[in-house]
Amino acid sequence: MPTIVELEKTASQVRRDIVRMVNGVMSGHPGGSLGCADYLVALYFEIMKHNAADFNMDGTDEDIFFLSNGHISPVFYSVLARSGYFDVSELATFRKLNTRLQGHPTTHEGLEGIRIASGSLGQGLSVAIGAAETKKLNNDKGIVFTLHGDGEIQEGQIWEAAMYAAHNKIDNLISAIDYNHKQIDGDISDVLDLGDIKAKWQAFGWDVMEMNGNNMQEVVNKVNKAKTHLGKGKPVMIIMKTEMGQGVDYMMGTHKWHGNAPNEEQLASALGQLEETLGDY
Amino acid sequence: MKDYPYTEKKDTRSGFGDGLTELGRENKDVVALCADLTGSLKMNDFENENPDRFFQIGIAEANMIGIAAGMTIGGKIPFTGTFANFSTSRVYDQIRQSVAYSGKNVKICASHAGLTLGEDGATHQVLEDIGMMKMLPGMTVINPCDYNQTKAATKAIADYKGPVYLRFGRPKVPVFMNEPFIIGQAIKLQEGADVSIFATGHLVWEALEAHKTLAAKGINAEIINIHTIKPLDSKAILDSANKTKCIVTAEEHMRNGGLGDSIAQVITHNNPMPIEYVAVNDSFGESGTPDQLMNKYGLNAEAIVKAAEKAISRK
Repeated sequence: MPTIVELEKTASQVRRDIVRMVNGVMSGHPGGSLGCADYLVALYFEIMKHNAADFNMDGTDEDIFFLSNGHISPVFYSVLARSGYFDVSELATFRKLNTRLQGHPTTHEGLEGIRIASGSLGQGLSVAIGAAETKKLNNDKGIVFTLHGDGEIQEGQIWEAAMYAAHNKIDNLISAIDYNHKQIDGDISDVLDLGDIKAKWQAFGWDVMEMNGNNMQEVVNKVNKAKTHLGKGKPVMIIMKTEMGQGVDYMMGTHKWHGNAPNEEQLASALGQLEETLGDY
Repeated sequence: MKDYPYTEKKDTRSGFGDGLTELGRENKDVVALCADLTGSLKMNDFENENPDRFFQIGIAEANMIGIAAGMTIGGKIPFTGTFANFSTSRVYDQIRQSVAYSGKNVKICASHAGLTLGEDGATHQVLEDIGMMKMLPGMTVINPCDYNQTKAATKAIADYKGPVYLRFGRPKVPVFMNEPFIIGQAIKLQEGADVSIFATGHLVWEALEAHKTLAAKGINAEIINIHTIKPLDSKAILDSANKTKCIVTAEEHMRNGGLGDSIAQVITHNNPMPIEYVAVNDSFGESGTPDQLMNKYGLNAEAIVKAAEKAISRK
């Protein structure tokens, strides 16, 4: 098992991959990707039981993860590649013609590690619930994880799924919301306020936890704790406070880097703040 | 002329329900999901026999499609059931992204399609569903014509790997089909030389009735049952049309985007000739009995006869 320092070093490399991928094609979504790097590294390098070397769509007896906010594909692709699903050199093809690393994740190109297309928001929780139901039918003890944007939960389908999961005791599911308070048009509280999201998920019947999603030690501890809450008749929701653009100073504290790419000068500045630990692709 | 006697009338939705019940006994990977219309979809027997494999979703169709997509991960074969309108237009983006684009083995089973839903009116009478579904890459679209064919289709799609849209309805119609069902393979019901009538769903029986009227007038119509609209049996269509040199298409659906459109594409690309459409022309439905509505909107044997005569006159 990697140490917290090793996980942090991996996350630093993932952040380098994110800004380089987005810069390489001058499009993509760096802000949320940087904010969620710690969580995805913790899942794929520490918490999840999964088989990167021999990807299997069914994920039998594995823990499986669904990225519902598909626009943060750069962090997903980097973590999949760095954990062994495909060669890191392929990260250079991100969003380019004929790539398997489409702008938003898809199963359509046969990219190892992807189990559903996402991008049109609000659909991933339902899909994850379906996969969790199948695991229960198959007596498969694997856990299903999801990640959602905070803006994403403005979609009505999320609440259909929330209601279903509680009513049907989907207690092999750990979801997380990237609560960075920002969406494309600005601050969540200005666009469409989510109100007390902890109270909302609790009212919908979920076991709700909160954590700082940019503190690796806390992420590992809290998600491991969340696992101990499974099997008790409730789905688990982690409200994960993050900073959009975490790790790159000029991308933090603003929604402006939700879907904008850094130019060469900005890239150099970003890379200067992020240690190269595993070797750039 | 081949005779198609029938001894009873049954609804196609019961063909779906009975097919699903048999699947429940024969294939343990089959699971069924329903959005609060279990009785209307005739899914009760499956539910009663397989409570662990039946999923009541509530009135949340988008969630149902997503759950079905997810259930394929791990090897289940999900059949979703609700009305055709709520199976398609309400959840088009969910089907597009989570099912079709993701290539998931989901069977979207849609009852109460078209005008024959009757008194509930236009909010529930979807006439655009075939068009929406056939536009999705990789989606198979099936619209069977009677109880037997719907039951056979329900069973056949479980053995086919890939997303399927299965469309059926509410009214009781003659049970007359005994031919084997093979996805994508049209069925010739009457051999003829003067006009090719390609019909789908409830209009297949009407086409057989039209055949009798036309025969009495000395017109020898070829009747072909196109139960699979996508992939379309282009060879069967061209073999017939090249012989008869004119076409009628008949469907309980909008002219735009329906079976007629699909056949017109095949014909204009290969051998242009007169085509007449028996379909709803850019209109919503309304309340009424199924028979009243089919008559008012010109979806019956009489309309097919007129269309055949017109097509022949344009040769």
